[in-house]
Order: sequence, then structure tokens, then C-alpha cells
Amino acid sequence: MLLYTLQRLLQSVAVLFAVSIAVFLAVYSVGNPVDLLINPEATQAERAAMISKMGLDRPVWAQYLTFLGNALQGDMGVSFVHGIPALELIFSRMPATFELVVLALLLASVVGIPIGLWVGLRDGSRGARAVMTGSILGYSIPSFWKGMVLILVFAVWLNWLPASGRGDTVSLLGVPFSFLTLDGLSHLAMPVINLAIPNLALMIRLTAAGASEAVHQDYVLFARAKGVRSKRIVRRHILRNILIPIITVLGVEFGALIAFSTITETVFAWPGMGKLLITSIYQLDRPVVVAYVMLITFIFVVVNLLVDFAYAALDPRVKLVESM
Amino acid sequence: MDSIRSPRKDDEPVAVRQPLTDTPQRRAMLGKLKRRPSVKASLIALLVITLTGLCLPFLAQQDPYDLTAFSVMDNRLPPMSESFDGMVFWLGTDGQGRDMLSAILYGMRISLLVGLVSTALALIIGVSVGLVAAVLGGRIEAMLMRLVDFVLGFPSILVALVLLAMIGRGVDKVILAIVMVQWANYARIMRSSALSERRKEYVEAAHNLGFGTGRVMFRHIMPNSLSAVLVLATVQIASAITLEATLSFLGVGVPVTEPSLGLLVANGFDYLMSGAYWISFYPGIALLILIFSLNLVGDRLRTALDPKRS
Repeated sequence: MLLYTLQRLLQSVAVLFAVSIAVFLAVYSVGNPVDLLINPEATQAERAAMISKMGLDRPVWAQYLTFLGNALQGDMGVSFVHGIPALELIFSRMPATFELVVLALLLASVVGIPIGLWVGLRDGSRGARAVMTGSILGYSIPSFWKGMVLILVFAVWLNWLPASGRGDTVSLLGVPFSFLTLDGLSHLAMPVINLAIPNLALMIRLTAAGASEAVHQDYVLFARAKGVRSKRIVRRHILRNILIPIITVLGVEFGALIAFSTITETVFAWPGMGKLLITSIYQLDRPVVVAYVMLITFIFVVVNLLVDFAYAALDPRVKLVESM
Repeated sequence: MDSIRSPRKDDEPVAVRQPLTDTPQRRAMLGKLKRRPSVKASLIALLVITLTGLCLPFLAQQDPYDLTAFSVMDNRLPPMSESFDGMVFWLGTDGQGRDMLSAILYGMRISLLVGLVSTALALIIGVSVGLVAAVLGGRIEAMLMRLVDFVLGFPSILVALVLLAMIGRGVDKVILAIVMVQWANYARIMRSSALSERRKEYVEAAHNLGFGTGRVMFRHIMPNSLSAVLVLATVQIASAITLEATLSFLGVGVPVTEPSLGLLVANGFDYLMSGAYWISFYPGIALLILIFSLNLVGDRLRTALDPKRS
């Protein structure tokens, strides 16, 4: 167990290191930030001063080493556009994205798991087949277009919900959140639904597949033969067994949704990390893009680690030792 | 399972635990599949879309790239309205007075092209990598599969987004980005299905007959493990098209001179609030029909070929 943990940790560090090099080189070749950020009417001396202040005049590898050294100390550089530390800028947008992602995951599982169970236990019936086909539709609709249709219907035609922004926020432990105010909730509704729909489809399919397989397992037949009531079989035996893959996927999806919320945030002008990333790409704000990618890689690595450990903890059959 | 992500972590897809050979049972199964109404409808839709793309210049009533073919006078006309010179805009016009139906037909062709080309390239690369890993084994296999895990560990949209931010817009660049994120899916499936093939007697027989590794790899193992890969490819075309549309919507995909369906939707976004919904609504419908048909056929194919079911 200890060996495996160490091995996984080492792997994670290697991944972070590889990504840092790849990303730095990649973003280094995006346009020329000098032309973009410095006033075209600036004098030659002013330009030179700006360039050396930003370190843009040094060789790539020197810039990378400085970058790595600073990154290890939590300094990812200063945003060219906003003039504040890139990491600080991203952290300030993080609660908005997390709020969206957590609520979307919650919605997807609270609605999706019961529907999935229902479908799985009635495998092959007309209703179950309709839900399964509907779920294909659920993950086929392009997210950006779905968001626009939501805006069209609920904001433009019906005028029920606001089309963009976060609305009123309440500070909770110093972090602003929207879900505690009525206005905030009305702003949250559409982005959360938009982000949740593909996941809802995924939850339904996953639970249904697990349940329809579990019904025919010996332990279910045995419980039934023993005279255990159907409700109890579903709750205590089936659900408990199929929960493991569901929790794994929920973990993986948490990371994926942070990346996918970029699309939803762009459509609904939601001031989160994803929107920040897109704007930074447009503005060639190199430090912010690099900091974002490094941060999200870090989140992914941590989530994957946690999922693997949780998997091992939940399922005693999983052996952790793996040969390299 | 979502069209553009691959959350499945385990090595073998539920899809096909072992490749099926061309048996009469399988033929019958595929024949039955083709008669199901949902599959039939999807196949017809795909056929129509492909044919439209092929003979486009004869079908579209206007060349959307020819700036002299339309007039700003006709801008933002709702569906079914008539132009100055009597042409009917079935699906309305966009902000420049372009006929939406023609723009959608041309856009569909670009989306389809990007989807097919990138899927073909990713398939070739992925199948080769998976095959090499399975047959050579050892250190090379471990290394290649680490790389595959690494690529699949990140959401495709993020990788493609950052990549395109670096190399700029363009049809070829979008294809490159999609290939970069998709090849690993094929490599993983190809490896696991080739591994199970490798243990079979005909492979041993081929080796004993003195055939070289290369020949056994490509002439014997590959053809027998392709069915899993082809099922995956159906869904991956859909996911490539979604990815392209999303990237174009976000402004890092195809250039404005070659508007795909995703870019058409993005162009209409600005007019949405003023109620000119058709500019982005109809391209999205076309996109949805394309993606949904592909996903549906892929899903039915996967269920039909699942050995656990038969």
C-alpha cells in the first residue's frame, strides 16, 4: 500500500513536470505579447523597459527555469492585462466555477441515479428504451447551442430568467456565492442545467447499465429467495454495489466539468475560471493561460489520485499493487 | 460516454470484450439492426447529409462565400421571407444578408469533412500504436500505454483549446488538434482487442508458418480486431464534429472564411437577444441531427455486437 502510494505520487509529480514544460513551450509561441500589450505609440525606451520588466527578452529556457522556480513558490507571474498575480486572479474566479460544477453534479446525480435505477430494473421495456434513447440525445446536443436555446426560450421569449452574469452574491467565509440569494439562484438555473444535462445522461446510462447487470447476479437471486422485499434488495444490495463505479465517475467528471464549464461560462457570461481562460487566450495573456493549465492539471492529478484511493477503499477486491 | 469525453477508465470497453468474426449470426443481427426504425432514420439522415455535401454546388441556391451573391439589403430576414429579386429564404438570412440554408449546407460539408478526416487519421495512428504495443509488449508497450493514459487523462476540449490557442485557427489545425486528442482512444481499444487475439491459435499457426511479425500484425491480428475499433469510430466521428463545432464557437476553430456549423451558431449569438433566433438556431439543428444520428447508430451497433447480449 505504501509502495503503491509512493509510486502514484511520483507519477503525479512527473505528470505535472511534463505538463509544465509542454505548456510553457506551447504558450511561448502564441503571437508576440510585446506588440499586443504595449501601447503602439510608446517610445523605443518605454518598450525596452516594459520588455525587460516582463522578462520577455531572455532566452526561452531561462524564462522556463524562472517560471518553474517561481511556480514552485506559488508565483505564476503577473497577468499582462490585469496587472495582478495570475494565480490570484484565477483563485478569485474559482468559487464561481466550483459553484456551477458542484451544483451541476448534484443535479445530475440526484435526478440521474433514480431514473437510471428505474430504467435498469425495467430493462427492455418500452419506457426504459425511450429514456435510453433520450439520454443519447442528452449527450448529443452541443453544449453551446443548448445554452443559446435556453437563453432564447427562458430569457428572450418568456423573460423568466436572466441571460447572463452571476446576480447577487452572499459572502460565505469571505467567498462570494450566488446560490444563497433568490436573484443568484435565478442566474444559476440555466448555466447549471446546461452543464448538468450531458452528465445527467451519463448518470442514467451508468446506473442503468449497472442495475440491469446486478439484477441477474447471484446475490440478488439469493436475497430474493430468502424473501427480502424488493425495495430493500434495490437499496441494500443493488444500489450499494453499483455505487462504486458511479462514485469513480463522479470524481473524474468533477475535473472534466471544470474544463467543460468553459463553454457554459462563455455562453452565459458567467464570471468563472473558464471564461477567464477564453478571454486570456484572446488577449494573449500568457501568464494566466499557463497558470490556468497548471492549476487544472494539478486538480486533475489530485482528483485522479483520490478516485483511485477511494476506489480501493470502497471495493476490497481491488488490489493496489501494480507493476510499472 | 459523452460525445466529447471519455470517462471510462478501465482498459476494456464494455463494448466488445472479444471481437466477433463474420458469422451468419452476426449478419442476421446486423440485418435486424438495419430494420429498426431509429437506426433506419439515422442512416437515412446520414446518407442525405453526405449526399448533400457531395453535390452541394447544384443544390444550394446561393454561394455563401461569394460576397457578390447576396446583398446587405436582405439582412436578418426571418425564415420564408423573399429577397429583393424574388428568391425565397427558407431559413432566413444572417447579418450580412446571406441565405441561411445555403450557409448551413456549406457549413455541414466543412463539419463533416473535419469529422471524417480527423477520425480517419486518428484511427490510423491509434490502431498502429495499439497494435505495436500489443505485439511487441514489454517496455515499449508500457511506455506507449503510459502516453495513452496521459492523453486520455485530460478532457479533450481543454487540450484542443490550449493547442489551438498556440497554433492558431485553420481547418488543418483543427484536424490536427482533434487527432491529437482522439488517437489514444483507438490505441487503447486496439491494444486490448489485439491482446486477446494474440493468444488465439491462428496467430500461433501463422508464427509457426514462419510469417514475420509485421505480416502477422497487419494481415492476421489487425483485421480480426477491427470490429471494436469500427464501433468506436462511429461515435468518434460524432465527437470530432462536436469538438470542431465547440472550438469554432469559442473562436479558436475554423477561420471565418470557411464557416462550419459551430461558427454559424457563434455568428448568430450576437443577434439572439434581438430575437433573430434563426441565425443560430437552424445551424444548431443541423449539427444536432448529424451528431445524434451518428451517436444513435454507434450505440445500437455497440449493443448489437456486445457478446454479453447474444
